[in-house]
Amino acid sequence: MHKIESKNVELYYGSFHALKGINMTIEKNTVTALIGPSGCGKSTFLRLFNRMNDLIDGVRIEGSCLIDGKDIYSKEVRIEELRKRVGMVFQKPNPFPKTIFENVAYGLRVNGISHATFIEERVERSLKQAALWDEVKDKLKKSAMELSGGQQQRLCIARALAIEPSVILMDEPASALDPISTAKIEELIYELKSQYTIMIVTHNMQQAGRVSDTTAFFYLGELVEYDSTKKIFTNPTEIRTQNYITGRFG
Amino acid sequence: MDINTRKRLAENTAFWVFRILSLGVIGILFSILGFILSKGIGVVNWDFITKMPEDGMTKGGIYPAIIGTLYLIAGSMLFAFPIGLMSGIYTNEYAKEGFIKRFIKLMTSNLAGIPSIVFGLFGMALFVNGMGFGDSIIAGSLTLGLLVLPIIIRTTEESLKAIDNSFRHASLALGATKLQTIRRVTLPMAMPNIITGLILSIGRVSGETAPILFTVAAYFLPKLPTSMYDQVMALPYHLYVISTSGTNIAESRSMAYGTAVVLILIVLILNLAANALRRYLGKKYKIN
Repeated sequence: MHKIESKNVELYYGSFHALKGINMTIEKNTVTALIGPSGCGKSTFLRLFNRMNDLIDGVRIEGSCLIDGKDIYSKEVRIEELRKRVGMVFQKPNPFPKTIFENVAYGLRVNGISHATFIEERVERSLKQAALWDEVKDKLKKSAMELSGGQQQRLCIARALAIEPSVILMDEPASALDPISTAKIEELIYELKSQYTIMIVTHNMQQAGRVSDTTAFFYLGELVEYDSTKKIFTNPTEIRTQNYITGRFG
Repeated sequence: MDINTRKRLAENTAFWVFRILSLGVIGILFSILGFILSKGIGVVNWDFITKMPEDGMTKGGIYPAIIGTLYLIAGSMLFAFPIGLMSGIYTNEYAKEGFIKRFIKLMTSNLAGIPSIVFGLFGMALFVNGMGFGDSIIAGSLTLGLLVLPIIIRTTEESLKAIDNSFRHASLALGATKLQTIRRVTLPMAMPNIITGLILSIGRVSGETAPILFTVAAYFLPKLPTSMYDQVMALPYHLYVISTSGTNIAESRSMAYGTAVVLILIVLILNLAANALRRYLGKKYKIN
């Protein structure tokens, strides 16, 4: 069974056809990069899997999206439950204006966990996983807004990890960061792969090349090519893929 | 004159016109305050704010009117703040873009445009007579509450709208429900600005005469209320009475200024308190 699967997914924003018949399968504990020019549908595709597109008025979705073989758009699925299993990291670091500790504890609290020692342990573990613990362990009660952009983004990753998702969606997680912070995030993605299945949208070809196992190239709402990252970057089948990754358009 | 000189001249003229006009506004505020204070501060002393009125309201204090106004402020806020807050939350967080939302917004604006005397008349018909509360604190509070409801709804809406969606998305993506997101993230962040609406409302409520005229205000009642079904005196109405229809208008003139001073001070103190609360919350949920 594939970890993630999309079958003939069509998505419309009103009359705009944003995703056209997307078929794709993703295996467990891999990193999949979604690349393509702005407006090609890659972020929309990413947001299918924690149903963030549902927040937009006038969205219509056809086809099916499966995680662990189960249709996440079926009527029995509770969205909050799904989002607990599928974490997300956004383009702009968006910690809450709360303490560092409370940011990481947030997902636990809203999911009904109130046991203090359990929360403390989980916060520590998540911050360690996100390679942030050493930098913040003495100021957990300080506001998350005092952290640098790169630290904030790792905090957002820790926040997503705290509720133990099995899938993590990343929407250009390093595009607002400096090169050093970006390198840290990429390192982190590489380490997280052993425990999580990761999908990452990126505009940065080198980044896709460095962090991902498989790469999907989207163009005008279509999945043009989906293959191992190595193949996509060295010997793409489609001429459009080749033009894009060599920088001829995008 | 070359173009650069002309541009600089226009720039300077605009700057000074705007600056002088803004300073003029401050000047008006200070003249009002200075005028009222200089005329009224002389009669304001401990007895004035703690004693009952005497001798046909030409002597003694304004204690019952102060208490009455404080009751009306508290009563109207207890009623209007939660309702206004919830309906502001509904329009901004729940209602979908479309006819219903536009209709609610339009009606809220219309409500804000209704003259206060009409609220008074409506309050008399509904609360005093219709619901049988009689002239009472509850009838007056409800009427004043209706009057400021649009202010609270509108500021709640605007304050929530100012919160970046990325915070909502972050919360929802962690499995929070909409209500949890509002309670734990959006509302606390919006609260400092919502309190600005509260301040405006308190100022409005404490100063309005027309809505309480037919619903609660007593001409002369030298005792304190014992329940919310009692009438009370209130500062703005008391001011009106002793300036226009008192037993001896000339003699009670200084009392009128004194009353105005007390009214201004009450609003000032409540504003300062609300401001302190706003600053405290603002610090707690500061972005950047």
